[in-house]
Amino acid sequence: MTDIFGIPLQALFGQAMIGLVNGSFYAMLSLGLAVIFGLLNIINFAHGALYMTGAFVAWMLLNYLGLGYWWALLLSPIAVGVFGMVIEKTMLRHLYKLDHLYGLLLTFGLALILEGGFVNAYGVSGSPYQIPSALAGGFNLGFMFLPKYRAWVVAASVVVCLATWFVIERTRLGSYLRAGTENPALTQALGINVPRMVTLTYGVGVALAGLAGVLAAPVYQVQPLMGSNLIIVVFAVVVIGGMGSILGSIVTGLALGLIEGLTKVVYPEASSTVVFVIMAIVLLLRPAGLFGREK
Amino acid sequence: MKRRLLSALLVATIGVSAVVAQAQVSGDVVKIGVLTDMTGVYGDLGGQGSVVAAQMAIDDFGGKVLGKPIQLISADHQNKADLAASKAREWFDRENVDMITDLLNSAVALAVSGVGKDKNKVVMVVGAASSALTNASCNANTVHYAYDTYALANIAGKEIVKGGGDTWFFITADYAFGAALEKDTSDVVKANGGKVLGSVKHPLSTTDYSSYLLQAQASKAKIIGLANAGGDTVNSIKSASEFGITKSGQNLAALLVFITDIHSLGLETTQGLMVTEGWYWDLNDETRKFADRFLAKHKARPTMNQAGVYSSVLTYLRAVQAAGTDDAQPVMAKMRALPINDVFAKGGKIREDGRMVHEMYLMQVKKPSESKRPWDYYNLKATIPGDQAFQPLAKSTCALVKK
Repeated sequence: MTDIFGIPLQALFGQAMIGLVNGSFYAMLSLGLAVIFGLLNIINFAHGALYMTGAFVAWMLLNYLGLGYWWALLLSPIAVGVFGMVIEKTMLRHLYKLDHLYGLLLTFGLALILEGGFVNAYGVSGSPYQIPSALAGGFNLGFMFLPKYRAWVVAASVVVCLATWFVIERTRLGSYLRAGTENPALTQALGINVPRMVTLTYGVGVALAGLAGVLAAPVYQVQPLMGSNLIIVVFAVVVIGGMGSILGSIVTGLALGLIEGLTKVVYPEASSTVVFVIMAIVLLLRPAGLFGREK
Repeated sequence: MKRRLLSALLVATIGVSAVVAQAQVSGDVVKIGVLTDMTGVYGDLGGQGSVVAAQMAIDDFGGKVLGKPIQLISADHQNKADLAASKAREWFDRENVDMITDLLNSAVALAVSGVGKDKNKVVMVVGAASSALTNASCNANTVHYAYDTYALANIAGKEIVKGGGDTWFFITADYAFGAALEKDTSDVVKANGGKVLGSVKHPLSTTDYSSYLLQAQASKAKIIGLANAGGDTVNSIKSASEFGITKSGQNLAALLVFITDIHSLGLETTQGLMVTEGWYWDLNDETRKFADRFLAKHKARPTMNQAGVYSSVLTYLRAVQAAGTDDAQPVMAKMRALPINDVFAKGGKIREDGRMVHEMYLMQVKKPSESKRPWDYYNLKATIPGDQAFQPLAKSTCALVKK
């Protein structure tokens, strides 16, 4: 059998596959962040908490209403999106004219309140959420055992990411959005309701976080602090990809998942640090990020 | 002659001061502080449940000791050693607290134990794991109550190898606790004729464990030892079930896992897991009765840790009663002298290094079909007598142990 750096090729394939799965979570979360930052200029620190909320809503739907995974996949992002729009309408709206920092502080505070509320209501250990029976089991790929559910996560997130990118970059609605960001006053003058569009954008951005939460629920434990573990890495992804770049966040998310996965074989102790090392290097060489434009 | 006179004088002075001390309960109240993790990762293991358990102990004792009222206060240590130490100082100096219990985190426990020594107050560590508390960092004011890393490693290592699990691969949290637990367990595994095939270290609070599990799977070891804790263990177990590790013939041994973890993971995921516990609510009629009373107040079954807090408060109050004072050293002497017989321990004994020695249990998590009601999670696999479970006194590096 062939080795690369003394690691059997088989193990390397397995780890790359797993890296891709994690990468697709990163991609989906950072996509939402990138949309919100790119179009609204808000650094949304509540993203991790809203991802957690998405997972919890799925759990509640199952335990209180008896609605399973597929319903949750539809209803939970809607619930999180509506919640996000309420936040935008009542709170964030007042901060657009101020420095980025105020939006960051507000959303960070919201994240703490959400997490605290869930800890208080459900405890810190969280609750299990079973993999839907249609996706239980797995494929034996020869070099590894790939659970069906993980394959589904990769497929679902790639589809969602590409669809989002398509809508924003290639459709009329997307062009309105981009115009609204470039020059809100002029866009408004052309008869487009910019404030409503901004509200909807924020709603869609956080709905993506909610969707990622539902996808994550069966893989990780549904627990109040699940978002805060992930959010820092996701922010690093956004920074590396280039703040606000949609395509950048998708590609970087997948790539970093892959790199992280391979680090876990070569030097596992560094697997949580490697993302930040890359971030530091990228910031030094290309301050606007890999796909970002200098302003 | 002169020397004899001097020593007679000395004895007399000590005697007098002892008599003076005997009449005393400081501040006319015996005050107990529960310092615990209210909101963090160990919140379910201790938290408000520990406060409930401590109050139950005070109520069961009658609410008064030596004719003085017993008071209970509590605070959140947030798993921060500096915060816990300053809280302990505040309690001892200004709030007149006589004893602090629970302390759910080794760093926190070591810090507060040091404060207790400086202020000469009693510290009863229940929830923390580090065996340093009764070795290099031991002192005459600290009792370590429920379990420790030595016992966890010793029991899991010995019993599992005996049961045929003789090849191991470790998934270890990359910090002092994980490394110590892996080393201790490896030593026991090897001493009992087993082999360690390899290990992998992961950073603290990793979210995804599948790649480490894949490496463990490739090692073909019969047992995958999880030398981590809390959320890390929970996520490792969950991934192992998803990747079909346990179904393919390898077994998981979580070296530090609690009933609250099993509860939150569910039996579907955890079935077959080997667990070491210092106490279980469904052991016998007495523990079940206690658990029912606890359930009525707290809406969950008590954990080993919460039962340990109950027992530590009861043990402390009995010692205060017997010593006739709440002064730390006489109370410590009585605690060492009196055997502990309550719902938590039978024939428990506190040694001079501060270790409370009692029976430990090796449990296996039930299949979902075997579980008859909520919190019915364990099958008892082995009962390990205290002197075989814990580190022998001869091996202790505690300075208080006379050799």
